[in-house]
Amino acid sequence: MQQTAQRNSFMNRLMGESQTLRLFIITLLIFVGFSLVLGDRFLSIRNLQSMAVQFPEFGILAFAIMITMLTGGIDLSIVGTANLSAIAAALVLTRLSGEGGAGLPLEATIPLAMLAALTVASLCGLFNGFLVSKVGITPILATLGTGSLYTGLSYVITGGPAITTTQLAFIGNGSIAGVPIPVIVFIVLALVFAVILNRTTLGFNIYMLGTNTRAALFSGINDVKVLVRTYWLAGLVAGIAGIIFLARANSAKPDYGATFILLTVLIAILGGVRYTGGFGTISGLVLSVLSIQFLSTGLNMLMLQLSGSSAAIFFRQFAWGALLLLVMVVNYYVEQRRQRVT
Amino acid sequence: MADEIIRLTGIHKSFAGVRALQDVSLTLERGKIHCLVGENGCGKSTLIKIIAGVYQRDSGSVQINGKEYEQLHPIDSIREGIQVIYQDFSLFPNLTVAENIALNEQLAEGRRFVNWKHVRHVAEDAIAQIEVQMPLDARVEDMSVANKQLIAIAKAMRQNAQLIIMDEPTSALTEREIRVLFTVIHKLQQRGIAFLFVSHKLNEVLEISEAIIVMRNGRVVSTGLANEYNTTRLVYEMTGQSIAEKSYEFTPDLSQPALLRVENLTVPGALYNVSFEMRRGEIVGVTGLLGSGRTELALALFGMLPITAGQIEIDETPVKIRSVQDAIAHGIGYVPEDRLTEGLFLEQSIGRNVVVRTIDKLRGAFGLTDPARVKQQVDEWVTSLRIKTSDPDLPVKTLSGGNQQRVVVAKWLASNPRLMILNGPTMGVDIGSKNEIHELIKRLAGEGMGLLVISDDIPELLQTCNRILLMRNGSIVQEILPGETNENELAAKLIED
Repeated sequence: MQQTAQRNSFMNRLMGESQTLRLFIITLLIFVGFSLVLGDRFLSIRNLQSMAVQFPEFGILAFAIMITMLTGGIDLSIVGTANLSAIAAALVLTRLSGEGGAGLPLEATIPLAMLAALTVASLCGLFNGFLVSKVGITPILATLGTGSLYTGLSYVITGGPAITTTQLAFIGNGSIAGVPIPVIVFIVLALVFAVILNRTTLGFNIYMLGTNTRAALFSGINDVKVLVRTYWLAGLVAGIAGIIFLARANSAKPDYGATFILLTVLIAILGGVRYTGGFGTISGLVLSVLSIQFLSTGLNMLMLQLSGSSAAIFFRQFAWGALLLLVMVVNYYVEQRRQRVT
Repeated sequence: MADEIIRLTGIHKSFAGVRALQDVSLTLERGKIHCLVGENGCGKSTLIKIIAGVYQRDSGSVQINGKEYEQLHPIDSIREGIQVIYQDFSLFPNLTVAENIALNEQLAEGRRFVNWKHVRHVAEDAIAQIEVQMPLDARVEDMSVANKQLIAIAKAMRQNAQLIIMDEPTSALTEREIRVLFTVIHKLQQRGIAFLFVSHKLNEVLEISEAIIVMRNGRVVSTGLANEYNTTRLVYEMTGQSIAEKSYEFTPDLSQPALLRVENLTVPGALYNVSFEMRRGEIVGVTGLLGSGRTELALALFGMLPITAGQIEIDETPVKIRSVQDAIAHGIGYVPEDRLTEGLFLEQSIGRNVVVRTIDKLRGAFGLTDPARVKQQVDEWVTSLRIKTSDPDLPVKTLSGGNQQRVVVAKWLASNPRLMILNGPTMGVDIGSKNEIHELIKRLAGEGMGLLVISDDIPELLQTCNRILLMRNGSIVQEILPGETNENELAAKLIED
């Protein structure tokens, strides 16, 4: 009897209120699981470093999609925004300095390039915000449209091929005190978003608007203002992700990271962000980013080991889709269980 | 014996150690109108769900039509002719009236294709049975609450209802609609259908019911014939204490400037040339049927409807109210009609609901929200409005109706409005909380706030307001002083054409 009670309370804790703890345990289990199965190949300094430079790309984008999902919307244009921003930065870099450029010193060009990227990203985000709040288009449709628009614009600008520049490689490959710079950017953004969501009026209003748009209206929350700022922030973060893309790949191209959209949605949902809005934490998101990276690397190694071919990489796409559906189904049953209890 | 539909004996039910029902015994008889009354949380809903087979009892016996049920499942209950009409009516808003009435049995009969002729025929028959008029091809979402309720009754009748249980059947109806409902119920009663009402509106309970069952804290504390009860006794049985309300007497000082002056306010299709004024400390009631413009007046003053003509003055200064933000800037607060969808963020915490208006002011270092100040403000309001909760971090949906309404009021009070508009302030709230909300309204008026109370609860208006404005077809047709009228007279005026 007492044992059942204990097990029940353990189950409840795992399933119920403390979602972050549940995620932490899941992340840990994934990590330990792969370490046991794959041994040194997974649990090596080299592999850990390799994972550390991979996750910030989609991890940063996950912040962008999360903040829009919290309002009950979504931003499907983030990858398009990131690539367009990366192209803007690459253009500034190649035209103003480097071979065949205007000959400006790199110290001056890099800030200009970043400014260009962030300006483009801001404009993309503001346009999304305008469509969603002022025009009132459903976010999923508005951003599906603008995403295609931004990608198309990238093709028009580049004519198709990538713009190559190694001038930002010091960011992509560099590290400070042993921590890769992209990871530092990820951590800083996590902190900034934690502050925005928990300690600012904008963050508070984002949660409230996402919980009940109508009650928000009746409580005097200015939905247009909140939505424009949210999509602007999402765009800005996508721009930062774009700079990281460029720094890591040493090139900017229109179709980079096409799978990141599904991946970031998966991360957000797995991280406990409710797709109808109003709920989700940064700690949940960060844990979710880590567990997805562990899964990605671990599954790759496992498939490679089993099939011996590099076709295994395509399995990942399948795995992400399956995992997203699985998490949604599990969430559905957890929610049902919770409602029965209360 | 033969005319018993349901006999419950010694029913017990607990949830996670909390006793919801204790030793509940009752019988419901064929062709009789019963009423179950009790405050929120007294166990009424649990009892209904046990009869409907949704919950399983812990102990006790359930007999339906003379048959003992060891375990009662929802399907058994429906087969025995028990139909529960919940407050949301369980209708499909996007389907037509005919489809809502008839599709259920088409499904039950296992048909793969819909026979539209048959659907129509069934629906016509069902509507004719309850002797009302209804456009069968209209979508349910376009129908009024009253009509939705009649559709739900027609649907229940098609499923051979013997006992119809209705949760708060009159709470969203106007006086005239209540009359229509009562007529339908009396007709069905003559055919041997039994009813069980669950209601808060005591006057209506006494008017239509024949048998009364009062519950308190999970027990049946009193049962008897309706004529053995009056409102005072019902309140006493429900709460275990006598509550007497004093009316609000206030004579505005006309030499003081007007807090609000509305002149010839017009919103096309809703309001026409509405003029009135009110002073600090006044509680002005606004009443009328649904569609009379009472809610539209509130929405217009709160910046949610476009005003095309007329003028609004606050403290003798003309103001433009084009948005909710404008209204708030002029010190207007609004407690909306529909608490659950308009007033509250149900899944967010009680605390967050309280500070939603003031969060921007509760900032500390670096302009960031100061959690200590937020907590302080939340605690302050939870204490001063006596919001009953173990933890303000719990979702607001865990509260009872009365406590939820206090959260909505707290949200506005925290931002110090000069004028509060309350639309149906005690709808779906238990007697004890209702009384406390009335006392709160009077206290706020005493502190110099102006309050506009929109309601069709006539005793409420008479007890809390110092003036009542009667609206009809978008205009104010009469101003009434509570001292110069009584409940029946005001009720009659309400439904006059």
